[in-house]
Amino acid sequence: MTTSAPSRKKPATTVPAPRKPVNWRRVGAWALVAVAVAVTIAPFLWMLRTALSSNASLASNASNLLPADFSLGAFKRVLGLQSPEEAIAEGGSGAAINFWLYLRNSVIFATVTTAGQVFFSAMAAYAFSRLRWPGRNVVFGLFLATMMVPPIFTALPNFLMIKNLGLLNTFAGLALPFLFMTPFAIFFLRQFFLSMSREVEEAAMLDGAKHVRIFFQIVLPNAAAPLATLALLTFIGQWNEYFWPLLVGQDESVRVLTVGLGVFKSQSPQGAPDWSGLMAATLIAALPVLLLFIAFGKRVVNSIGFSGIK
Amino acid sequence: MTTTTARGAVPARKATGTGTGNAAPRGRRRTRSDLRVALLFIAPALIGFVAFYLVPSIRGVYLSFTEYSVLGDPTWIGTKNYTAIFADDLFWNAMAVTVQYVALNIGFQTAIALGLALLMHNVAKSTFIRGALLLPFLVANVIVALLWFWMLDYQLGIVNEVINWLGLPRIAFFGSEQWAIPTIAGVNVWRHMGYTALLIFAGLQSIPNHVYEVASLDGASPTRTFWSITMPLLRPVLVLVLVVTVIGSFQVFDTVAVTTGGGPINASRVIQMYIYQKAFGESDFGYASALSVILFVILALVAFVQMKFLKGNESDLD
Repeated sequence: MTTSAPSRKKPATTVPAPRKPVNWRRVGAWALVAVAVAVTIAPFLWMLRTALSSNASLASNASNLLPADFSLGAFKRVLGLQSPEEAIAEGGSGAAINFWLYLRNSVIFATVTTAGQVFFSAMAAYAFSRLRWPGRNVVFGLFLATMMVPPIFTALPNFLMIKNLGLLNTFAGLALPFLFMTPFAIFFLRQFFLSMSREVEEAAMLDGAKHVRIFFQIVLPNAAAPLATLALLTFIGQWNEYFWPLLVGQDESVRVLTVGLGVFKSQSPQGAPDWSGLMAATLIAALPVLLLFIAFGKRVVNSIGFSGIK
Repeated sequence: MTTTTARGAVPARKATGTGTGNAAPRGRRRTRSDLRVALLFIAPALIGFVAFYLVPSIRGVYLSFTEYSVLGDPTWIGTKNYTAIFADDLFWNAMAVTVQYVALNIGFQTAIALGLALLMHNVAKSTFIRGALLLPFLVANVIVALLWFWMLDYQLGIVNEVINWLGLPRIAFFGSEQWAIPTIAGVNVWRHMGYTALLIFAGLQSIPNHVYEVASLDGASPTRTFWSITMPLLRPVLVLVLVVTVIGSFQVFDTVAVTTGGGPINASRVIQMYIYQKAFGESDFGYASALSVILFVILALVAFVQMKFLKGNESDLD
C-alpha cells in the first residue's frame, strides 16, 4: 500500500525444485501458463478475424478459423467509406454509425478529464504532503473516505445537478465530475511525494523560492514518472467510461465511443446483426488503448501493485 | 487505509519542522502563510470534492426520503421509499441476482487469479506474459461484453460451434434465464483475472525469501509450504484484494446493460441495473436514491465484515 514506485526485485526461485529428472511439475506449470495466455489472447484474434470477414458469409463459415470471404468492408462501413447499398449487399444494416464523431468525442472527453484530474490532483497532493495547515489530515481523511462511496450513489444527484445547470449533452457536463480530482489520484501522488527527497526543495526554499515555483520547477519534473503512469491509467479508465456518458451524453454531438457501440449493437435488425461491422468498430475503439499498452505496457504492468488498487 | 495515512503524515510533519524552523515563533508564522498557499493548491480539488462528492452524497440521502420525478420539487415522504423497497419483489430479486453474480464472479476469479499469481511468481516471470494477461482489463467493459456477445451467440458464435461439434446441444448463453448470470459472471472473470492476479502477485513478492529458505531446509513439501507459509502471509493482501473486487463486483452494470439489458425477464437485472431503470426509465429518483443508499450500506457492511473477520489489517509477519 505504501510503495508507489514499484520495486523491481528479481524474485529468486522460491521453492528449489529437484534437479535430476524431467521436472514434470514445471512442464505442467508452463502448460497452464500457455493455456491462460491462449484463453486471454484468442478472443482478440477472433475479433480481428470477424472484422475482416464479409458479414454475409459469416453464417456459412461460422467455425472457419480464417476470415470468411476476406473483406475490408466492415472497416469501410464503420468509417463511413461505404455507400448504404454496398453496406447492405455485404450484410450491414445500412444504418450509419457516426464513428468519426464518436471517436473525436472520446478523444476530447478522455484527454480533458485526464489532464485536469492529474494536474489538479497533483496540486492537492502537494498541499497534503508538503504544506502545513490546520485540518490537513481531517480533509485528507474525508477525501479518502469517498473512495468507499459507490459511483452510482453520487451519479444520480450529479445527474440532477448537471441537468439543472442545463449542461446535459455538453462536454462540460460530461467532463466536470472527473475534471478536478479523484481520491485515488490524490492518494497515489501524495504517497509518491512523501517518498521523494526534500533536499532540493529545502535548498530552493532557503533561496527564497515560493511554493508555486517549487511545485512547477522541482516537484512536477521529479515526479514525471508517476505522473505519467497515473495519466496513462486515468486515460485508459476515461476512454472506457460508460455509465456517466450514458447518463448525460446521449446526444449524437457528444456521444462517446462506448455509448455509440452500445447503440450500434441495438440498431442491428433482429434477423441478421452486422457482426463484422460490430467487431470492426470494437477493434478500432480498442485500438488507442492497445497502442498505448504496446508503447507503455511495462509501466502499466509494474504500476499494478498495492498502489494500483482502485 | 486510514492507518497508513496517519503513519505517512507523521514523518511529513517532522521533516517540515526540521527543515524550516530553528525557532518556534518562526514555525508558527510559517503555518499561517502555508494555509494561504495550501488553499490555493487545494482549491480545484476541493471544489470537485464538495460539488461532485460531498454535496451529492448528502443530497442522495435526502432524496431517498422524498418522492421526486425530476419535474417540480422533491416532496418529503419520510421512510416510505424504504418500506416500499422491503416489500418490493423486484428489489429482492435484484439482490438475489446480484449476490449470485458476485459469488460466481469472485469465487472463480479469485481462485484463478491466485493460481495465475503463483505461476507468475514461480515459473513465468516475464513482464510480457504479465502484460498479455492484463490486456482484457484495459479494454472497455462494453467492448469485452460485445466481443463475448458475438462469440457466445446462439447461432453463429464460435463457442456454440465448438459445443455443437462436440455433439452437445447449443446453449443460449445470454438468452436463457438460467445461463444469463453465470455467463455475465464468466465474461467478467475473463476480463479481471489477469488484473487480480497481478495484485496478488505483488503480494507474493512482498513475502521475504528467507521464510521459504527455512521451510525448504526443514524439508517442507511445496504443498505444505503453500498452506503453512504462502497463504497465511498472503492473507492481508488477499483480504484487501477481496474487499476491492467484491465491492466492484456488486456494482456490475456495463456488461449487463450492453448484453441482456437485465433480461430475459428479470434473470440478470442486477441491483445497479434496477437503480438505473427506476431513475432513468421510470423517473423515480426518490426510489432510486433509496435503492442506492441501501447498496451503499451493504457495500460498507461487506467491506467491514471482510476486514474484521479476515483480519485484513494485521500481518502475520512480525
